[in-house]
Amino acid sequence: MRGNERKKPPLRAKGSPRSRLLVPFTSGRLDEAVLEAAIRIARVEDAVLVPAYLLVVPLEFAPEAPLRGQVEVAMPVLEAVELAGSRAGLAVDARIERGRTAIHALQKLWDAEHFDRILVPAPTPGRPGFSAKELAWVLTHAPSETLILRPSPDAREPNLESSLRTGALE
Amino acid sequence: MRGRYRILLGAAPGVGKTYRMLQEGKQAHAEGRDVVIGYLEPHDRPETAALAEDLEVVPRLRVAQGPLFVEEMDADAVIRRAPELALIDELAHTNAAGMRHEKRYEDIDDVLDAGIDVISTVNVQHLESLNDAISEITGVRVRETFPDRVLDEADEVVLVDLSPESLQERIRAGKVYPRDRIETSLANFFRRDNLAALRELALREVAEDVEARRQTTVLDPLSLQAVGERVLAMIEPQPKSQRILRRAWRSSQRLGSDIDAVWVRPPGYRPTSEEATQLAALRRLASILGIHFLEEEGDDLVDAIRRVAGERGSTYIFVGTPDERRRVEILRGSLLSRMVRDLPGVDIRVVADRALRERPEQ
Repeated sequence: MRGNERKKPPLRAKGSPRSRLLVPFTSGRLDEAVLEAAIRIARVEDAVLVPAYLLVVPLEFAPEAPLRGQVEVAMPVLEAVELAGSRAGLAVDARIERGRTAIHALQKLWDAEHFDRILVPAPTPGRPGFSAKELAWVLTHAPSETLILRPSPDAREPNLESSLRTGALE
Repeated sequence: MRGRYRILLGAAPGVGKTYRMLQEGKQAHAEGRDVVIGYLEPHDRPETAALAEDLEVVPRLRVAQGPLFVEEMDADAVIRRAPELALIDELAHTNAAGMRHEKRYEDIDDVLDAGIDVISTVNVQHLESLNDAISEITGVRVRETFPDRVLDEADEVVLVDLSPESLQERIRAGKVYPRDRIETSLANFFRRDNLAALRELALREVAEDVEARRQTTVLDPLSLQAVGERVLAMIEPQPKSQRILRRAWRSSQRLGSDIDAVWVRPPGYRPTSEEATQLAALRRLASILGIHFLEEEGDDLVDAIRRVAGERGSTYIFVGTPDERRRVEILRGSLLSRMVRDLPGVDIRVVADRALRERPEQ
């Protein structure tokens, strides 16, 4: 298969809006297995993939303060996720959102935009990301269907670059 | 004419700001200038008190605070006395209740407005924007703060520097605090790591101040035009604009430049709900990144961009891959070629979708 060949999404009724699949993540990483699953689901549903990096605004800063330092960390991860989605032939509409906590940022995001489905990575012991308590909150409060995905069983470090090189995500 | 304002900035109490202020006052006095002490905080330091002996002191104001009296600077008395130079210690000080101004730096403003030059002192820990950082470093929340604009508006900010080791030596020698407070102070606020961090903050503050002044005063407008960069990101209410904004921001970070984003909409155009959502998301991203978000009306995109670029001083424009039909391109000329022609002296970068890039055969 040629590297730049793009897979066509399934046909969709003309004029009908595409559904939107939100994949929030935080702490500088998105588990590879979760990303693969998100891409598969978005492709099957012909959905727009919305990877969203959630930034936490420390209490010493104003809630609306620019977060240049954190964005420096977030951007390469977000772009890698965006690239993986685009190469899989998906429409990708990435976001960066901020809040006092990851959950607060997530809430702000779904208050501002509509999502048909939210796909959240489950917590992995010893790794940053959503805690079990936060996931419980998401399940109770999310305005749309929520899927919680188990990260890679071996909890290996994500290696988006190698996945992109080998086409493993496509 | 407003007086000249010189601020002596220190990393911590005891570095010698008040002493330096008095030295400078005495020097000015010796050169024939009319100098008074508007307010001096001698901190029971004999050397400091001795240095102040030859200088005229404007009497302080006694203000009743319940059963007690406290002494404050009498700004009106300083203004009535009308010296050429007033020495006013501790600009971040909070005045007693009932005074005209809450803070001493506001009294100093009045003195400056009266055309009197002022030399004042302050420690970096009082700077409002550093308050949280200082609290994290030292574990002490400073209540007496002053806004950053005070430093920005001063004519000169001078660092009174002393190494942590030398300051600890001064404290041990009893030159800063009485004997009974020496051990406690060295074990708490005046720990070497604290002092090193505070010194770094003070040095950085003055360095930034010098850099800001260099850019605004030393470089003439022509030089600024030659070396200064300002990025402009052209966006539309579409998902791809998120990428344009992010990439433009990254370049602006590398260039150390300011960045604006602009959406040009046709006159009277009302965004669809989908576009409104995209615009709101772009505004949120711009706010997170510290980008100025502009919305302009214009029939002709290139004309509008030329106008905005002129007003904002943009030197580097980021634009997404145009979605132009070949027919429009032939009839009206391509957007990019028009931009190159109509925006002379401005760099233009087309932000591509990296996913479309050719990849090597697997």
